[in-house]
Amino acid sequence: MTSVLYDAPGPGAKRRNIVYSVLFLIVLALGVWWIYSAMSDKGQLEWAKWSPFTESQAWTTYLLPGLVNTLKAAGLALVIALPLGALFGIARLSDHRWVRVPAGVVVEFFRAIPVLILMVFANQLYAEYTDISTDMRPLYAVVTGLVLYNASVLAEVVRAGILSLPKGQTEAAKAIGLRKGQTMRTILLPQSVTAMLPALVSQLVVIVKDTALGGALLSFTELLSARKTLAANYGNVIPSFIVVAVIFILLNLLLTTFASWLEKRLRRAKRSTGAVLTGATMDDLGATGTPAGLGPMSKTDRANGDAGGGGG
Amino acid sequence: MFDFLEGYDLLGAFWVTVKLAVFSGIGSLVLGTILAAMRVSPVPLMRGFATVYVNVVRNIPLTVIIVFASLGLADVFGITLGAADDFDALSFRLAILGLTAYTAAFVCEAIRSGINTVPVGQAEAARAIGLNFTQVLSLIVLPQAFRSVIGPLTNVLIALTKNTTVAAAIGVAEAALLMKEMIENESQLILISAIFAFGFVVLTLPTGLILGWVGKRVAVKR
Repeated sequence: MTSVLYDAPGPGAKRRNIVYSVLFLIVLALGVWWIYSAMSDKGQLEWAKWSPFTESQAWTTYLLPGLVNTLKAAGLALVIALPLGALFGIARLSDHRWVRVPAGVVVEFFRAIPVLILMVFANQLYAEYTDISTDMRPLYAVVTGLVLYNASVLAEVVRAGILSLPKGQTEAAKAIGLRKGQTMRTILLPQSVTAMLPALVSQLVVIVKDTALGGALLSFTELLSARKTLAANYGNVIPSFIVVAVIFILLNLLLTTFASWLEKRLRRAKRSTGAVLTGATMDDLGATGTPAGLGPMSKTDRANGDAGGGGG
Repeated sequence: MFDFLEGYDLLGAFWVTVKLAVFSGIGSLVLGTILAAMRVSPVPLMRGFATVYVNVVRNIPLTVIIVFASLGLADVFGITLGAADDFDALSFRLAILGLTAYTAAFVCEAIRSGINTVPVGQAEAARAIGLNFTQVLSLIVLPQAFRSVIGPLTNVLIALTKNTTVAAAIGVAEAALLMKEMIENESQLILISAIFAFGFVVLTLPTGLILGWVGKRVAVKR
């Protein structure tokens, strides 16, 4: 493999690479050994701390209900945020100033605020002004916070998706006499939905990760807080963290793999306009909301969404 | 109207937020650059390590990382980071550690995509005049790569600023924790929330505008 930085290695370079590999392997092994000895010093490698995960009880009582709550909050947030985001994304492209500007202000406002702040606000709002039961309130608060933030992010995704379509689409629609609403509904939106599907799945990773905020600060019983009760019961802090982290990693890797598979598939599809939005494309959207061009960033590598949005 | 603010150190809390963002911003820039250099290095083992690091860390919620830093690293392994007796200082440092480890993965990906924007011909020319890998990377490629990724790095920095609120999960006295405390004690929900929202808008919007301007100014015209 040749890259921008080095040629195919010759004999000298091959030898040097082997030396570097061995050196790095030694450093890596030292690190692993250090972690291993620290773990065994503190008794975190004892079978008693790991055995709960081989039995069904730890899963059925703690981890699976936690995972279900995580997925429930993430799914609800996506389902509600998507139409809302589409609405605001289209509103930002409106020809009328009085629609475009307020929509822009709302979107930029909620994008600038951490998800946690939104969740804490929603939690208190529901506590003071509604009679949602205390059991349900954390779920409502988490979903509200996620919806407010992600709807504004998705608004930008939708806007970028529509802007990524060739101009000829709108012109052709005008030429055959479609009205603005019809053009949007029948020509632009369906195409941009396909273009933005990969970015959408990538955003789901951010949403899944952000649900953990509710577990840490709002007593929402998702995976992270399920870990807490589990560790309190079995006295296995480190193993429980490792298992929960692995669940999150597998879940999110599944989503990212699906997103890039979808992206490849859509790029291949003959009938599409060829525009595909990825996480990296969305990185091009500056914080000030300049329209996303399909710049050099999107062609090269996926930077995979923003750095965890406003949360975790 | 703003009488209730007197008992609270609003500016102090936002100052902690700023400090968290600045320290972990510097940390993640350093670690992210090292990771990016590893990801593009000719040594397969280093490439593999950096790839695994990025893919693993990026997919763990930051909240899990920061709570682990507190409950796992500090409580179980007894890591004190030079602040053994001072609980506040310890949580602050653990939060910076977690934020740095997490954000570095995103910095790495941003820089790597910047490296890919440098035309292959430049590196070929550099090699032709006899520069080695380190020289090509540090003299030719990285300076151009950094200038082209100021935009993405700004987004990472803004996300980091917002992510500092997660430190509230381990009791760091920053803005989100103060807001939680204030709205529970005072019956001024909307006003208090507006103040904190305004605080974050003030922190993030100018960063985006200023660095966006800088990014446009220093971008390599191709």
